[in-house]
Parts: sequence; C-alpha cells; structure tokens
Amino acid sequence: MEPLTEMDSMEESDREWSDRLERRVLAPTQGSSRAFKFWIVGLATVMAWGFFAFYYQWRNGLYVTGMRDRISWGLYITSFVFFIGISHAGTLISAILRASNAGWRTPVTRIAEAITSVALISGALFVIVDMGRPDRLYHLFLNGNWQSPLMWDMLAITIYLTASVVYLYVPMIPDLAMFRDKLDGKVWKPQTWMYRTMAIGWNNNPRQRSALTKAIGILMLLIIPVAVSVHTVVSWIFAMTTRVSWDSTIFGVFFVAGAIYSGVATLVIVLAVMRKIYGLEEYITPTHFKYLAYLLATMALVMIYGNASEFITTGFKMTGEEAFAFRQLFVQDFAPIYWFYFFGGLVAPILIIAFRPTRNISGFVVASVLINIGMFFERYFIVVAGLRVPLMDYEPASYFPTWVEWSILACGVAGFLMLLTLFARFFPILAVWEMKEEHFERRREEKELVDLRVEQIQKELEAVK
Amino acid sequence: MARVNSLTVVRAVVAVLVAAAFVTALATGPIAIPLVVALLGAATYVPLKLRSSFSSEPDGPAKPDAISRRTAMKRLGLGGAAAAVPLAGLPVLAGQLPAAAEEEPAVGPSGRVRQWGMLIDLRRCDGCQSQGTAPQCTVACIEGHLVPEPMEWIEVYERELEGGGSQFLPTPCQQCQSPPCVNVCPVGATFSNPEGIVLIDQDRCIGCRMCMAACPYDRRFFNWGEPPVPPESILADYSIEHQVGAPMGTVMKCDFCPDMARAGTLPMCVSACPNDAIYYGDLEEDIATNGHDVVAFTEFMADNNSFRQKEDLGTQPRVHYIPGHGELVGRDKDVTGRFPTTWPWLERVKGSVTWSR
Repeated sequence: MEPLTEMDSMEESDREWSDRLERRVLAPTQGSSRAFKFWIVGLATVMAWGFFAFYYQWRNGLYVTGMRDRISWGLYITSFVFFIGISHAGTLISAILRASNAGWRTPVTRIAEAITSVALISGALFVIVDMGRPDRLYHLFLNGNWQSPLMWDMLAITIYLTASVVYLYVPMIPDLAMFRDKLDGKVWKPQTWMYRTMAIGWNNNPRQRSALTKAIGILMLLIIPVAVSVHTVVSWIFAMTTRVSWDSTIFGVFFVAGAIYSGVATLVIVLAVMRKIYGLEEYITPTHFKYLAYLLATMALVMIYGNASEFITTGFKMTGEEAFAFRQLFVQDFAPIYWFYFFGGLVAPILIIAFRPTRNISGFVVASVLINIGMFFERYFIVVAGLRVPLMDYEPASYFPTWVEWSILACGVAGFLMLLTLFARFFPILAVWEMKEEHFERRREEKELVDLRVEQIQKELEAVK
Repeated sequence: MARVNSLTVVRAVVAVLVAAAFVTALATGPIAIPLVVALLGAATYVPLKLRSSFSSEPDGPAKPDAISRRTAMKRLGLGGAAAAVPLAGLPVLAGQLPAAAEEEPAVGPSGRVRQWGMLIDLRRCDGCQSQGTAPQCTVACIEGHLVPEPMEWIEVYERELEGGGSQFLPTPCQQCQSPPCVNVCPVGATFSNPEGIVLIDQDRCIGCRMCMAACPYDRRFFNWGEPPVPPESILADYSIEHQVGAPMGTVMKCDFCPDMARAGTLPMCVSACPNDAIYYGDLEEDIATNGHDVVAFTEFMADNNSFRQKEDLGTQPRVHYIPGHGELVGRDKDVTGRFPTTWPWLERVKGSVTWSR
C-alpha cells in the first residue's frame, strides 16, 4: 500500500474523517482544564502522603506495618502481585490480538500498552517498599543468587518492563511524528523537542514503513512468552515453598489467567473513562466493550475452573494442614473475602455480561470494578492465608494492615493513575496511523466492490441492449 | 533535522533491545552468563535434590548434601571457576559461597571437616516444668546470644500426644542439609557453611523475608524495628557466627554455635539443660555429648528410633529427636503448659521497640 498516494486520492469525506481523528488525539495536548489540574493536584497530594508514610517506615522499620514473623508478607506483596497482574492487559490485547489479526483491537491497543508499562512500574516498586533494607538493593546486582525465585522474578520483570516500554514506543513513532508536525510552535518548546527526538526522523516513506512493520512483528512475538513467564515466575515466589496452600503446580497457570482477567478489567475501566473525558465515542465503540466483556466472561470461567481444579483435588484428600487452610478460607477468617471474590469477582461479572439488560458499557464497568476488587482480594488471601497456616504448634497469627501500608498502597494507586494521566496528556492515546490505515483499507475495499458492481451493471445493460 | 531511513529505525529498535538485554542482565555482564548459570543451576540442583531424596542413607557419616552439590558443580566446571575468579559481579550460585570471610572449619581426627549435628532426647525433656522456670535452653540462648525479644532461637513447643497428654519439643534451627531458605535467598546472604550449618550474613541481608516464607519450621526471625537488645551488645564484635547488635530490617536465627564448638565449648542450650536432654556432636567422627555422657551419634540414634521433624519435606535436618514426653525425668504427661519465656534486660538500646511474633 502506498500511503502517500492514498492521501492524494482521498475523498472529501475521508479527509474530514482523518482530520477529525487527528484533532481528537491532539486535543489533550492543547492545555489543561481546571478539572484536570485538580485531579493532578489531588493525585500528587495522595502520593506525597504515601512518600511521607514510606519515610516514616524507613526510619522506624517494618515495625510500623501489621506484618510480623508468622505473617511476614501482607498488603505490599499483595499489591505487587496485583499490579503485575494488571500489566497483562496490554500484552494480551495488543500482542495476542495483533498476532491473531483481530481488526477491532486497533483503537484500544495504545491505551492497553500504556497500562502495561505503568502498572509494571507501580508493581515493581512495591517489592522495594516491602524490603527490610531497601538501601541494600545493590546486592541483587552484586551477589545475585540465581537459585532464588526472587531473582527469576527480577530478571523477568525487568525484561518485561523494557520490552513493554519498547513495544509501547515503537508503534507510536508515526503518531509522534504527526504530533511533531502538527504541534510545532503550538506547545511548550521542550515538548516539541521531545516529539522531534522521539519521532527519530519519521517521514512516512515506504522503507520506514516496512521496517516499522517488521519491528512490530518481531516485538509482538517476543513479548508474549515474556509476559507469560513474568506472572508464572511471580507465582513461583509462593509455589517454590513447601507451605500447604502455596505448594501447587497450578499456581503459574492460575496466576497468568488471573493476570489477564484483572488486566482486561482494568482496560475496560480506563477505556470507559478516557472515552468520556476525551470524547472518543466515535472510535472506541460499544462493540469494543462487548468484545472485551466476552473476553472477561471467558476468563472468569477459566478462573472458576482453576478454583475447582485446585480446591477439589486438594480438598478430596485433605492431607496435612490442608484442613486448616480450607477452614480458614471457606468458613473462618478469610471467608468473607473469599466468597466476595467468588460471587462478586467471578460469578457476578459473568451474569452481568450474559444478560441483555446489563450488557452495556455501564454494566461492563461495574463488572470490571467488581473483578478488580475480587482479584485484589484473591491476591490478598493467597498471600496472607497461605502464611497464616501454622507451621508448628502455635496459635495462628493475625494480620491487619496499618495506616502506613494503606497509605503506601494509596500512593501506588495514585502513582499508577498519575502516570496514566500524564501519558494521556502528552502522548497520542489512539494508534492514529493504524486506524487510518485500516480506515482506508476498508474504504478501498468498498470502492472496489462498488466499481465491480458498476462494471457488472454496465455489462448487464449492454447485454440487454 | 536529518531524515533517518528505515534501516536506522530497525537499528535503533535492535539497539534499544540489546541495551535492554544488557541492563536486564543486571549490569553484571553478558546476558548469556546469568542465563546459562541459571540453567546449569537448575540442571545440577534438581537431579541432586532428587538423588538426595531417594538416598537410603541417613545423613550420618555420609557426605553431606552441600558438599556433594559443590562436587557436582565442580564436575560441571563451575565450582573451579567459582573458586578461581574473584566473583564481584559474577552471579555464580552465590548461595553456595560463603557470604563473607569466616573462620576455618573445624577438622576432626580423621582430617575431615566436622559435621555438627544435634540430638534431642525428648524422654528427658519436661519443658522445665520441674524447674518452675521457662525452658532453660531458651533462657541460656537468649542471655548468651543477647537475642532480641520476642525471638526464641530455640523454642520449646508443646505438642499434643495421641491418646492425651503432651510432649515438649525444643526446636532450634533444624540446620537442614537441603535448606529451603538458602535456596530462595536472592542475594546469598544465608548459606550453608562447610560444617553443614546454615548461617546468615546480616551485612548482606536485604530483608525480603523470602527465607521466612520458605522455612517450614518457623525458625527465622525478623528485626521489625530497632531490636530490643541490651546496650552491652553494642560492645560485642559482630560476626556471621556470632550475631549481636542485630541490625533493623534483617533476618536472624539460631546459628548452632560453631564458634563455641570449635573452641571446645558446647552451645549454651546444651550446657544449660538441667536434664541433659540435648546432645551436640560431630556426625563425621560419629560422636556426641550432652556434657555428661558421650555417645556414638548414629548408633544412639538407631537404638532409640530417632526421628526428624517434617521428614517428608526432604529438607534433611541435622537436628534429630528421640521420641518421648519427659518420662525419664519423671514428668506426668497430663500436666500441660510451660512457663513463658521472658527477656531479662533491664536496659535496652535507645530507641528500641518490642513486638510479638
């Protein structure tokens, strides 16, 4: 396809469509509204409070948290697993759907990829917050012990982070070039400089386009196994120990499924919000939400199946401490959050998506919020309930997060939203060039069909004559 | 601005990816080394773990697992490299390497490195009910090692017996020969020394608590705050084998007193036991003592049907138990409960806090 000639032969309606799309995407860069400023200040305040909480923890030790020897991981590790899970939104939507050539994905890929990078950054920081001696982080580099699942984790997450940042950036180059061309002189100087640098001289020539297509193809295939490995390895932090509820072969698979599930749910929420704020109704349509919701329903069924596989096989035998683990999860301490997870986070979303009256965007957003709360609870009971099973003859410990932990969690969420907001403020939130390409492809096909029909009619007319 | 052609885009992408690969190789060298090492680690670790779990021999005088693993590494050409190359930045199974300089290992009359082990005769343990005090082993350990509250490096658990009554189970670090904690430590801060003891380098510990999650015996303790130790602990010199002045944010546990054993003294818990229930000795020379009697380690174990805690996990502890409930020292098994442990410090390091487990 020759894009330049395509532009020349564009019809008036197409030109209008294309201009409107560009205007929509360029709009956020044109300045900040009052509400936007309030939002940023609000997030910054929450983050500042979280930083204070971390400073307080730094000075006084993890003593200020609710964690103790017998339940030695809590909200931080839960958040770590949760955020790394969310990061799977981008890869799935973007890489897997790209690989399977699902056309509908184009308008949602950019936002999905942005969520991935941002969630990874937020998630990885929770590990550092959880460390007793974050000042000694350098030992991981100097004295890394490759037997340790934590080192596998670090390797996997850093590779995934770099890969997903590259994967966010590379397909964005043509759009950055568009920003560079359209915004020159209209925005803050350093901003123009940033677009110019990041566009690395893109001028839409055929060689560049073929190189870009190749690069995206390679990245897309590389990133899928990396993403799968990341959450598998995260689960292995738990599954590589001998504790009853963690010592499970299904953990890796189950964590990956859960990651995709909560990742897509997060994507639905973010898409719905951005669609409203930036007026993207024309591009992100109810159909997109419907497809994503079907994906959610499928993943919910996979999760229910995973729960059944895990709990029926272990519960049938009920060996060792398994009875204690079952009791605390299903009827005692963790029962409220387990059953909320099960009915609120797995069953309810399926019902919401299945029945026509709730099968709309608001319904999907409600389902997605339920899913994310449910999945956070799931991560929580995996971590905390797993640790609570007594190893020796002592009374089971109890754990409840302190204000420090809640504050740092709030800071993590605020940081996630802040990075996402800033991304939307300064970068193209839709894959404009891909959308255009698809649009023109479609137009050309339509035109060919029309031409064909005209030809046929003419032939028929001649035959009649 | 110079127009850049497509090849440059590809090159830039490749360059970014390669740079990323190098960064993710943890700035320690080519990515191949850690990956190959990880694979080799898995390749040596998994078969050895399997072999050791199928081995019919009790650990006794047999070659301990840590050594055989090292031999296996050497066979793969890894051990030699590990010994020859100064390892700053080369992550070669750091968990197998001593975290810092330590004393030369003790050597027995046969010329072989001593393999410290413990045997606790539960028939003689009454949880110090007869003394009317907290278990003396725990008390002596706390006073001797300046153990911060609420850590009990040797903790006396009370377990219900089948058919009623209870037994007391003094539980120090089990000194596993296939230690789950050592395997999961990301920085090799906890390691097995040549004498088969699991130690912690608190100058290296990053406080991730992965080892605490992995330990099946609840024998690891974390300094959640500034630890409540007496001021005199500041005067003592820290060594990996003599952990005093516990730094906040690091993990601690029973160190099995190898420094005392080398000097010819029994560990505090052994000499403090009023009923001589704890034997300590060398599995290599096959000899153990409780301070009064000397026994042949393996024979004494075999004669008395010794067991190890959670044998099914394959951790291969160095702490063995002879089943019982204090019957040899006249304990009535139906009298349950023991006195709680207290920490005797009148003064504590300034700014320290206490917590419960």
